[in-house]
Amino acid sequence: MSYMTDYKRARGLGSAHEGTHHFWIQRVTAVALIPLGLLFIWPFAAALGEGAEAAQAIYRNGWNAFIAINFFVLTFWHLKLGVQVVIEDYVHGKGRRLRFLLANMYFCWGMGLAAVMAVVKIWLGA
Amino acid sequence: MVEFTLPKNSKIRTGKTWPKPEGATRLKTFHIYRWNPDDGENPRVDTYFVDLATCGPMVLDALIKIKTEIDPTLTFRRSCREGICGSCSMNIGGQNRLACIHGIDEEKGDVKIYPLPHLDVVKDLVPDLTHFYAQHASIKPWLITESPTPEKEWKQSIEDRKKLDGLYECVMCASCSTSCPSYWWNPDRYLGPATLLHAYRWIIDSRDEATGERLDDLEDPFKVYRCHTILNCTQTCPKGLNPAKAIAEIKKLHVERTL
Repeated sequence: MSYMTDYKRARGLGSAHEGTHHFWIQRVTAVALIPLGLLFIWPFAAALGEGAEAAQAIYRNGWNAFIAINFFVLTFWHLKLGVQVVIEDYVHGKGRRLRFLLANMYFCWGMGLAAVMAVVKIWLGA
Repeated sequence: MVEFTLPKNSKIRTGKTWPKPEGATRLKTFHIYRWNPDDGENPRVDTYFVDLATCGPMVLDALIKIKTEIDPTLTFRRSCREGICGSCSMNIGGQNRLACIHGIDEEKGDVKIYPLPHLDVVKDLVPDLTHFYAQHASIKPWLITESPTPEKEWKQSIEDRKKLDGLYECVMCASCSTSCPSYWWNPDRYLGPATLLHAYRWIIDSRDEATGERLDDLEDPFKVYRCHTILNCTQTCPKGLNPAKAIAEIKKLHVERTL
């Protein structure tokens, strides 16, 4: 039982004063991923079926490695922002929502970092 | 999490089929959601038959005829009967509409009438709009100024007044907000299209001096940014307004002041 007024309930905890950056970056990364995606797939497609050595040769080229790193950073950034929206929409309950948001953050940062490290490793021939 | 099924006590059952009127020449069938908070029963859908030969053209005319001649317990809101008060908003044929300006002949086949979706039901076709109105109040839908009040009036140019067209006509019927999936999932925090349309109406009012504060209050992942431009609001608005565009304009202003 609570005697909270309807107006207090509607106002809640007030504004978080954020959301614009998320909205803007999600769109910027989406647009940037169109040319980046094509630039990433182009050399990669040429090496399809040619074996691991041919694939690795692509990323020993500095330009291709640069494009691939850009692509992975923006892809996992965009993925993180997008999945966060889905979680905020559909996952309710403070604790559960927080767990999902953290899992999404760790997954996207982790996968992005692993992808970038893999490209750097091939590029440097380590 | 999102619920995909109705709770047990909300599952809709088949209700009573009321007798057909005698001597009817143009019968139309109406399936109408009924729920009475006092009898402890689940909601049901009753079937009524209306003779269109002796009925007005709008769905509201049929509802009034049913209440007057067949079943006086049928409960719904109505007032102006001309699309200005916004009282008779309900879900007709799967879309939120104002019963008073929706023609019976626009419904092919049987007419199915339910209360506005995803709100608590007070009784039959009457939803609880308390929170919806409180959200509207929360955006301070009035002129806010700091400059000394002019002796006669706050002046506004014809061009600036035109910016309010397509916004001021909203009658707060809640058709848009209750058609919005984002509002269904997070009605406690997402303000919904109707309230945001009103918020934008005051943001772009050339006389209002609280533009920045209004944008500050709205800048929140839940208050505004749950809108994903689904456009159900614009499709359903019985007044032909475009709440989705108003929300997009708010987002654009948020971005504009960061660049």
